[in-house]
Amino acid sequence: MKNFFKRNNIIAELFAIGLFLLYMLPFLMVIINASKPVLDIIMDPLSLPESPTQFITNVQAVMDSPVVRYASSFLSSTIITVISVTLLVIISSMAAWVLVRTKSGLSTAIFMLFVAAMVIPFQVVMFPLISWFHRIESVTGLLNTPFRLLQNYPGIIFAYMGFGSSLSIFLYHGFIKSVPLELEEAANIDGCTKAGTFFRIVFPILKPITVTVIILNGIWIWNDYLLPFIVLGAGNDVQTLPLAVANFVGSFVRRWDLILTSTLMAMLPIVIVFLFLQKHIIKGMVEGSVKG
Amino acid sequence: MKHKSGKHSPIFYAFLFPALFSFAFVIVIPFFLGIYYSFTDWTAMTGTNVNWVGFANYTAVFNDVTFLHSFLVTVAFAVINIVVVNVVAFGFALLVTSKLKLKNMYRAAFFMPNLIGGIILGYIWQFIFNNAITAFGASIGSEFLATSLLANRFWALLAIVVVVTWQNAGYIMMIYVAAIQSAPAALLEAAHIDGANYWQRLRHILVPLVAPAFTVSLFLTLVRSFQQFDVNMALTAGGPSGMFMDRALPTTEFLALNIFNTAFAFRELAQGQAKSVIFFITLTVIALVQVYFNKRKEIEM
Repeated sequence: MKNFFKRNNIIAELFAIGLFLLYMLPFLMVIINASKPVLDIIMDPLSLPESPTQFITNVQAVMDSPVVRYASSFLSSTIITVISVTLLVIISSMAAWVLVRTKSGLSTAIFMLFVAAMVIPFQVVMFPLISWFHRIESVTGLLNTPFRLLQNYPGIIFAYMGFGSSLSIFLYHGFIKSVPLELEEAANIDGCTKAGTFFRIVFPILKPITVTVIILNGIWIWNDYLLPFIVLGAGNDVQTLPLAVANFVGSFVRRWDLILTSTLMAMLPIVIVFLFLQKHIIKGMVEGSVKG
Repeated sequence: MKHKSGKHSPIFYAFLFPALFSFAFVIVIPFFLGIYYSFTDWTAMTGTNVNWVGFANYTAVFNDVTFLHSFLVTVAFAVINIVVVNVVAFGFALLVTSKLKLKNMYRAAFFMPNLIGGIILGYIWQFIFNNAITAFGASIGSEFLATSLLANRFWALLAIVVVVTWQNAGYIMMIYVAAIQSAPAALLEAAHIDGANYWQRLRHILVPLVAPAFTVSLFLTLVRSFQQFDVNMALTAGGPSGMFMDRALPTTEFLALNIFNTAFAFRELAQGQAKSVIFFITLTVIALVQVYFNKRKEIEM
């Protein structure tokens, strides 16, 4: 009997390792073929790379590509993600705090409005959003300034603030409800202003949920394709990494050597972050959507 | 903080303003504009008038065979995808909560595809289906595998299921992991001592215990299946084309991609808007059914 279980365990272990390898196979295919010249890929996608320097040649080609503009796309993706997430954390925690601490019909109604909006798919608002942004630009005279909305940072960051606020406020709202009032009352008695109470006392307490909000919004914004496509457009100065890769695929007739290298370079930053912050990321992402 | 008279302090409005302003500006206004545009001949061209056309766009949409097909193919995809993703995810959850030596590594590996955008995954898998699997098929002399699976409408649909499962199973897995870990170990142990084998324990004790996680996961996969866009676009772009009700159309074009193409490829903005309103109503119905289910469960508990 004991032997039977031992053997079963070994079978389970082997099965799991097999499954693991199968699951990682697509990544392996990308790495192998990103290290080969295009002719070798067409001849046999399953062969191993021959030249150890080909990968560097491919990376160089992607870097130099005027369509991908890797360095500038990477920078744009970073700027958009970091600023949008930072602003989302600030505005959502502030809004959720006053919504929890003010008991009134108006407060409840506003919160319900934010929650109800989560069911609105992006497709319903995306076409009107462009023409609405365009109209605002034209009417306010922002169009020919560095602060124009479309094809530029302010518009897309502003859009992410709007689209991210519902879930973020919902998450903060749930967390703040369980934060005891006593601390805030004590701060109030000690003469702390309300804004001061929030930023010095309350906000630091919110750290666990802030981590969740950062991870959820960060990964969403970093990977998002449709919103950047709508607001930034294809092939303009400001482009995110997913946009850059999609443009690249569209502009080449299946140059798989460069396409796969570009996908690898687009994945790498987030995979590296994941390896360091695994536990936080898994927990944050699962918590966020189960509640939402 | 409580204000008996004049409930709302200036801080209330000041702290709410940035979130409410961006929310109203980006979602509320475009949402109502969008519903209005769906009843007009809107083209988004500057200088053209927007005229009220009543239900003309909706009539056109209901007579649009491509939209009907997209709706049906999305439903088919959703049904297959819900089953496959949840079965795989639950299997993974059992694996990573077992006594396996490398279970933490497996957990991270199964979760990883979830972090990468659907557009990028779609291109990678397009290469795998069009090049790698065909090369493998040719080398083992299998004619079936030597031609790309993406060239056949049914296999192409299943190919999307495979990629979406690969992307999402690790995520749904974590929901089941949380449920399994919070299931009382004493119950399982007692059954073990009473001589119940692994399958009996699974079927009669663990599965009923994690039932709430099933409801959560089913709706999550349902909503995500309906909203699927990125992988659909990057992997098949709606192809291959085939016949439906005597019309040639893209056979794996889901609702979100159909709406996108109506507006961008065919420049029928108002009609695309009408389609998206129908899309919104469909998702709202799903959400309401979910709320109903959750409410009923709370009562039972």
